[in-house]
Amino acid sequence: MANQKEIENLVAKIVSEIVNKTEAEEKCECKCCCDEQIPDITAVRHQDDFHVPDAVNEPEYMRMKARTPARIGVWRAGTRLKTDTFLRFRADHAVAVDAVFTEVPEEFIKDMGMPSFRSQCHSKAEYLQRPDLGRLFDEETAAKIKSECKNKPTVQIIVSDGLSSTAVTANIETILPAIMQGLKVYGLEAGTPFFVRYARVGIMDQVTELLDADVTVNLIGERPGLATGESMSAYITYKGYVGMPEAGRTVISNIHKGGTPPVEAGAHIAELAKKMLDQKISGLGLQI
Amino acid sequence: MVLKTSLYGKTYEFKDVKEVLAKANEPKSGDVFQGIAAETALERVAAKVVLSHLTVGDLTENPAIPYESDFCTRVILDGLNTYYYNKFKNWTLGDLREYLIDWETAGNDIRIIASGFSSEVIAGLAKLMSNMDLACTSKKLIVTTRANTEVGRPEILPFRSQPNHPTDDIDGIMISVLEGIAYGCGDAMIGVNPVEDNVDNTSRIAYALYDFMEKWECPTQSSVLSHITTQMKAVEEGAPLSLFFQSIAGSEPALKAFGVTTEMLDEANDQIHHMGIAYGPNLMYFETGQGSEMSIDADCGVDEMTLEARTYGFGRRYAPFCVNNVSGFIGPETIYDGREALRAHLEDQFMGKMSGLPMGSGCAYTNHMHCDQNDLEIIDMLMCFVGTNYVAGLPLGDDVMLSYQDNSYHDNATMRLLTGRKPVVEFHQWMMKLGLMREDASLTKAAGDASFFLRN
Repeated sequence: MANQKEIENLVAKIVSEIVNKTEAEEKCECKCCCDEQIPDITAVRHQDDFHVPDAVNEPEYMRMKARTPARIGVWRAGTRLKTDTFLRFRADHAVAVDAVFTEVPEEFIKDMGMPSFRSQCHSKAEYLQRPDLGRLFDEETAAKIKSECKNKPTVQIIVSDGLSSTAVTANIETILPAIMQGLKVYGLEAGTPFFVRYARVGIMDQVTELLDADVTVNLIGERPGLATGESMSAYITYKGYVGMPEAGRTVISNIHKGGTPPVEAGAHIAELAKKMLDQKISGLGLQI
Repeated sequence: MVLKTSLYGKTYEFKDVKEVLAKANEPKSGDVFQGIAAETALERVAAKVVLSHLTVGDLTENPAIPYESDFCTRVILDGLNTYYYNKFKNWTLGDLREYLIDWETAGNDIRIIASGFSSEVIAGLAKLMSNMDLACTSKKLIVTTRANTEVGRPEILPFRSQPNHPTDDIDGIMISVLEGIAYGCGDAMIGVNPVEDNVDNTSRIAYALYDFMEKWECPTQSSVLSHITTQMKAVEEGAPLSLFFQSIAGSEPALKAFGVTTEMLDEANDQIHHMGIAYGPNLMYFETGQGSEMSIDADCGVDEMTLEARTYGFGRRYAPFCVNNVSGFIGPETIYDGREALRAHLEDQFMGKMSGLPMGSGCAYTNHMHCDQNDLEIIDMLMCFVGTNYVAGLPLGDDVMLSYQDNSYHDNATMRLLTGRKPVVEFHQWMMKLGLMREDASLTKAAGDASFFLRN
């Protein structure tokens, strides 16, 4: 059996070998392990992604394929997917999964200078299974909101994670200042914007009642599709109340850099708030 | 009727049959959301014990929604075979379960006696079965139907092509159809869910599918999944459709919300027999799914699985060509994850076939469920193994219109190899004649190229 000293020497030798090897790799200047990067498979547009070898009529195939977002002309490995096709699909689903199941970091909310509250849900899993709890605050939180936020604001803005935390982190830094700027232009007084974790659309109605707001805006992450995690919606009500019909909400959806850009959406939301206050109505009855 | 038992010295008492049915369920998020789920694992078992002692008669005389107030209940109970009901009404569900799961009991015998079982009886039996119990009973139940071609035989595994498009662009739809056919998918039916529910659009899509079927002499069925009244008007104006489609549910308020009455479907069934392009005798297509009633606040306090059984009980009135669930399409508030979805699919297959329906499977999940393509592939493999009548297929499983994932054309082609089940006979012959498929249902080198059908 090896004695203690021998073991120590052996360990020291192995460690030194690993360190040297790492250093050697760091110093290496060959292309294979330094500059080269595997191309981003998600950068390829589906319309350009075509793998059928010796297609009978490729021009017509490509013409029709260009008419649909469906993943056509992907070919096959036997009857299964080719590796890149498989991994691309996984990446597109992963973006959606991350949007739903990751939390908006408290740090991010703090940096935005917003107070942060939580609906009656205690976890993401509960939030997903209990839409009813995501529409309500408990009494303690309700009292806190009332005491910490400006009461009787003309326009109250809340930010909700909804079904996409990615939508919040991707858009809020742009859309929030855009709305504030817009409200200022119209001379409308804004309340204290705050963040709500595990929130559904309807939670805005309790906010309206707690703070006695005229117009309430809920900026909320949309349910992601494949490859689209950043999309946000804005639900806006005039004098909303708990139990109000859905038709009473005005909605702007598809807010993200590939859809309605957040700056544009922000300006539009301020304009809608102004119209609601002038017409004293929101939802289906609002003349836009 | 005894609704009380003890487990480990603790007494459990239930107030009515409806509560027993709900609490006897395997865990599902929908039951929790409705506030009707068992509160503990032991309470769940207690409900199952009570259920196992209830008789066929108890469950039939105590429907989940009263006969007087619900036309869905009336259709189910009025349609029962009284000879077999009377013969079995004193059997307990526990004894009946043992009879059904016994491999010695022939599937055909079960199908005959099941004509006397109400939806609550069928749901109750499923609640007393493990996953493998459900599988080994379902596998014995063979329900064949015919429109243009015959489906349902155990050696046949057809697929519904679901070539949807976000704006109903005909070229976009047709390239998805052709891609599916190039993988052998579309022999159960080619069925398009349109975005715009109007007569012109329904006709436009119907003609596009018909033109393909005619030009290439493709032996299958077509369907456009707009509202039944829209399809009826389109066919009146001459649109060529093989099947009439409608989403159905298991309560009167839900059917009303879907814009459906018994008489309307009677009329539709009659019309498609006289004005459709398929021979029959089975010409209706229904889609269902656990959780649809609760998602529109029409569940009447009944659990989503019992409502699903009632949906099948309603559907059997119309002797449809095909029926598939899409349990998983609503989201995590009804079915949370892959485990719950798999259970729902096994239940639906069993309950559908017990109701005499040609039950297929629409395996689906939304992006906010705790589920992914691996879960879906497991469900697909299992359903094809236990003998589902058909499964859906889409380009890579990505429904670009309904925004959820489903099985892919690739999965379809693979399942034929894994199970040894082949396409519909005429479709198989046709694929072989074109040189796209071999006798053993494997794909030839030319398969997978949609432009095979775009040759100049």
